[in-house]
Amino acid sequence: MAEFFGLLSFGPDGWGRSLVSAAGMTVAVALCGFLLGTVIGGLLAWARLAGNLAFRVGSDTYTTVLRGIPDLLVVYLFYFGGSLLVTNVAAAFGSEGFVGIPAFVAGAAAIGVVSGAYQAEVFRGAFRSLLPGEIEAGRSVGMSRFLLFRRIIAPQVVQHALPGIGNIWQMALKESALISVTGLVELLRQSQIAAGSTRRPFEFFLIAGAIFLVIAWISQHLFQYLEKRTARGVRLEGAA
Amino acid sequence: MDFAFIGQTFLQLLGGIPLTLKLAAVAFLIASVLAVLIAIIRTRKIPVLDQIAGFYVFVLRGTPLLVQIFLIYYGLGQFRPTLQSLGLWQFLRDPYWCSILALALNSSAYASEILRGGLRSVPVREIETARAYGMSGLRLYRRIILPIAIRRALPGYGNELILMVKATSLTSTITLMEVTGIAAKLISESYRPVEVFIAAGVIYLAINFILTRVIALLDWWLTPHLRRPRIVAAKLEPAHA
Repeated sequence: MAEFFGLLSFGPDGWGRSLVSAAGMTVAVALCGFLLGTVIGGLLAWARLAGNLAFRVGSDTYTTVLRGIPDLLVVYLFYFGGSLLVTNVAAAFGSEGFVGIPAFVAGAAAIGVVSGAYQAEVFRGAFRSLLPGEIEAGRSVGMSRFLLFRRIIAPQVVQHALPGIGNIWQMALKESALISVTGLVELLRQSQIAAGSTRRPFEFFLIAGAIFLVIAWISQHLFQYLEKRTARGVRLEGAA
Repeated sequence: MDFAFIGQTFLQLLGGIPLTLKLAAVAFLIASVLAVLIAIIRTRKIPVLDQIAGFYVFVLRGTPLLVQIFLIYYGLGQFRPTLQSLGLWQFLRDPYWCSILALALNSSAYASEILRGGLRSVPVREIETARAYGMSGLRLYRRIILPIAIRRALPGYGNELILMVKATSLTSTITLMEVTGIAAKLISESYRPVEVFIAAGVIYLAINFILTRVIALLDWWLTPHLRRPRIVAAKLEPAHA
C-alpha cells in the first residue's frame, strides 16, 4: 500500500505532479472542444430551425453523419488531415518536409465537431419548448430580433438545454481520452507513460479512471448548481 | 479527390466488417444479459446488491471506455500468475476477449439505466392486476413486466446498439484489425487521411443506417396497439345487379 502511494508522490520519484498537470490538460482540451461544439451546435440548430431547405438538409446531414461515425476516426481525420493541410500550405510558401499540427488543436477540433452535432439536437429540442405566444408578445411590444433573443429566447433555451448539455459535457470529457492516440499528454497518455516506465499498468490505469471519475463528479455538481440557478424564476408544478 | 483510391480503400476496409460486427454482437448480447440483471436488482432495491450495482454503473459510466480497455488488456497482465492458476489467462491475454469483456461491461452499465427507465414506466396497476390473478416471480416478469418495459426501452436500447458499433472502433488501439484498425493502418501507409476517412465513414454509416431501420421495424412490430387502424376502402357493390 505504501508502495502504491509512493507511485503517486509529488516528489522527484513520484508521478503525482505529472498526473495532476495531465488532468489539467484533459480538462483544457475537453473544455476547448466543448465550447467549439457549443458554437457549432448553436449554428446548426439555427440553420435547422430558421434556414431555407438547403440549410436544413445540410444541418440534418451533418448531425446524422457525425453521430454515426466513430469518434476515433474523426480524431484520426483531424490529426493526420490537419497536418497534411498545414504541410501543403507550408510547401506553397517554400517550406520542405512534414509540418505537424499541434495535437491539442487537432484534438479540440475533433471533440468540437462531434459534440457540436449532439449539442445541435439539444438546442433544437430546447427551442421547441418555447411558447410561441411569448415570442409573439415580445414582438408586439416592439422588441428587435436581437433583444428578443437576449431577453426571451436565450434564457429559456439555456434553462431547458442545461441537463442535455451537461450530458454532452460528460461525453466530451470521456472522448478526450481518445486524443491520447495523437500523443497529446493528457490523463490517459500520461498514465500509459507512467505504466510503461514503472511496469505497473493496473495501478496507473486505475488512477486515471479515478481522476476521470472525480472530474465527472465535480462537473455534475457544477451543472446541478447551474440548473438550480437558471430555474430560479420558474414555478414548479405542485411546489406551490 | 482520388475516387479510384477511395474505391480501393473501401474494398480493403470491407475485410474489417465481419470483426466489427462480431465484436458488437457478442458484446451486446453479454451486455444485455447483465443489464437485465442489474436493472431488476436496482428497481427491486435488493439490499447490498443494489448498492454494488449502483456503484458499478457509476464507475463504468463515469470513466472513458478506452481507460477500461487498457485497464483490462494491459492492467490485468500484472496478475498473470494468479490468472494462469485460475485458467483465465488464455482469455485475458487475447485482445479479442479483452475487447469483448470491456465493451460488454461498459455497455451493460448504460443499457441497465435504459432498462431501468423502462421498468419504472410499467404501470403499478398492471402489476397489481397480474398479482390478483396469481402471477408472481418469473411468470410476472415474463408475461407482464418485461413485455411492457422492453417496448418502452426499445428506442433508447437501439441507440445503445449504435453506440456499441461505434465503440468497437476503440479495440483497434489494442491491435484488433476491425474497420477502424485497417483504416488507421491505411492512413499511415498511404498518408491520405481524407480519402480513408470517407471510405470508412461510409461503411459505419451504412451499418448504423441498417441497424436503425431494423430497430424501427422491431418497434413497429412490437407496438401494434399504437398503429393507426388501416382504413380499408369499402367495396361498394350494387345490391342488385
